[in-house]
Amino acid sequence: MSTATFPIVNVEEKLFQNRYRVDHGRPHIQIKDARICQSQCENKACTFVCPASCYKAEGNGAVTLITDGCLECGSCRIICTEHENVAWEYPRGGHGVLFKFG
Amino acid sequence: MKEKFDAIVVGAGPAGNAAAYTLAKAGLSVLQIERGEYPGSKNVQGAILYSDALEKMIPDFREDAPLERHVIEQRQWVLSKDSYVGAHYRSDAFNHEPYNRYTIIRAQFDKWFSSKVREAGALVICETTVDHLIMDGEQVVGVQCDREHGDVYADVVILADGVNSVLARKAGFHGEIEAANVALAVKEILFMPEETIQERFNIGEEEGVVIEMIGSITDGMMGTGFLYTNKESLTIGVGCMLSDFKTSPNRTSPYAMLEQMKRHPSIAPLIAGGEMKEYCAHLIPEGGYRAVPKVAGNGWMIAGDSGGFVNAVHREGSNLAMTTGRVAAETYIEARAAGKPMTEATLRAYPEKLKNSFVMKDLHKYRDMPQIFHHNKQFFTTYPDLVNDAARTMLTVDGVDKKTKEKAVMSSFRKARGLPGMFGDAFKFWRAVR
Ligand SMILES: Cc1cc2nc3c(=O)[nH]c(=O)nc-3n(C[C@H](O)[C@H](O)[C@H](O)COP(=O)(O)OP(=O)(O)OC[C@H]3O[C@@H](n4cnc5c(N)ncnc54)[C@H](O)[C@@H]3O)c2cc1C
Ligand code: SF4
Ligand code: SF4
Repeated sequence: MSTATFPIVNVEEKLFQNRYRVDHGRPHIQIKDARICQSQCENKACTFVCPASCYKAEGNGAVTLITDGCLECGSCRIICTEHENVAWEYPRGGHGVLFKFG
Repeated sequence: MKEKFDAIVVGAGPAGNAAAYTLAKAGLSVLQIERGEYPGSKNVQGAILYSDALEKMIPDFREDAPLERHVIEQRQWVLSKDSYVGAHYRSDAFNHEPYNRYTIIRAQFDKWFSSKVREAGALVICETTVDHLIMDGEQVVGVQCDREHGDVYADVVILADGVNSVLARKAGFHGEIEAANVALAVKEILFMPEETIQERFNIGEEEGVVIEMIGSITDGMMGTGFLYTNKESLTIGVGCMLSDFKTSPNRTSPYAMLEQMKRHPSIAPLIAGGEMKEYCAHLIPEGGYRAVPKVAGNGWMIAGDSGGFVNAVHREGSNLAMTTGRVAAETYIEARAAGKPMTEATLRAYPEKLKNSFVMKDLHKYRDMPQIFHHNKQFFTTYPDLVNDAARTMLTVDGVDKKTKEKAVMSSFRKARGLPGMFGDAFKFWRAVR
């Protein structure tokens, strides 16, 4: 099996090309209990699976979520099955990402 | 006053548009609700449009639909980390009208389709998210939107709300999606002059090429890459099963995978100089036949990705979405004409109709595929490398005789998989696609 060495990618540069209408102060996705991320979730898959890198692993084991760049795919909710720790909704109508091409 | 329609359609993707269009054409009162600023603004596709499903509703769609290029050549590539072995099929038959497949830009296509829905007489409301279904006992009687006075009612609600299928899940019609039943795909659109695209891909004006790829690019995961030619842009993307991303030993991010793919020596020259103007991600329901949930109940039907109607083997989704949306609408139209109540017993006619259409026949044909590929990652790892090594061995002229080379190739296959393993794989593959 060929294991590629993957490049370090700054996804923010990619997201910068996209258009968003952020619903300030009303994030559509929330971590239900931050303590569970910190103390019970070893893999923290959301921190590398989220295609917009909205979930960040902090040095102390905590995970923070900023939904501004969210692409509304749903992955973070689906992969968090062991802990069901993601409260996931679509943004309010008209908010969130706005694809010109899709 | 209680606002009531014959039908409410949630979502303005291909499934919702097909449903709303069919209902409106039949003269029914239709409310279609879309959460995006405009139809298409939330939607992502490769994107190949298959003419047939659309033609059944709008025969003259070619006159004004935003089509990029008609596809005249399909390339299937099997990649190792620095090479590929490919099979290309190009035919002048694909250059005769009416064309069968086109590349499209999804957001623009959905906008166009929605204009047809409005022309047909449906009321289309955007920038509005449906939060819940409204139930009267067991019966779905309407939807609750995130606007003031956002409750609207109808005889039937068609859920064409896409792969996450949030509304049906909230209502308890089915459970959470399994990570093994969806692929996570990321893609970019890269702009470059029309002439550059035509030169690089050896095509004329309006002609298009599709490249589908498996192998080293997915870092051992079950998945595929794709590169499509639009008029003045290329679409490049890669998608793998979400369960594989989740358990990735290298903790590989989808965007890192895409970036790595763009640097592959066989791909980089094709996309060089392209200006990246958008980066998207979306899930694709790839669980196939066995993952299709219950799609009809009292006062509701599910169409498109929300019902898992995707043929992952042939990369068909939008055509299944359009077909299921249309058939759901027709089911309602017929039941209503017959004066039947919109109960589960009546609407069960919808999945029955699908069973007799290409939608369920194709999904049934490939019903074992997802499982077989999940449990046999060698199709995405070992074999691509072996095939590429074999090609390099045979094509390198170095004074070694061909017979000896053949032996070396055969022995590399045997060493990697063993004879029983190879026969087993051939059998599994045959069983999956037969
Ligand atoms: C990367 C990629 C490549 C693909 N390539 C191809 C291809 O080449 N050919 C092909 O045929 N198929 C392809 N597909 C599959 C195809 O895109 C889908 O099967 C198709 O879009 C499904 O249509 P749909 O209408 O069911 O869902 P969607 O297109 O997802 O539409 C759902 C709509 O509902 C709206 N919505 C959702 N929830 C709500 C709510 N609560 N309230 C209001 N509105 C809501 C959404 O905003 C959206 O507009 C691809 C998919 C991806 C991700
Ligand atoms: S996967 Fe779930 S529990 Fe684990 S870190 Fe992410 S959000 Fe928290
Ligand atoms: S929905 Fe998708 S893009 Fe948004 S935070 Fe979750 S994984 Fe990331």
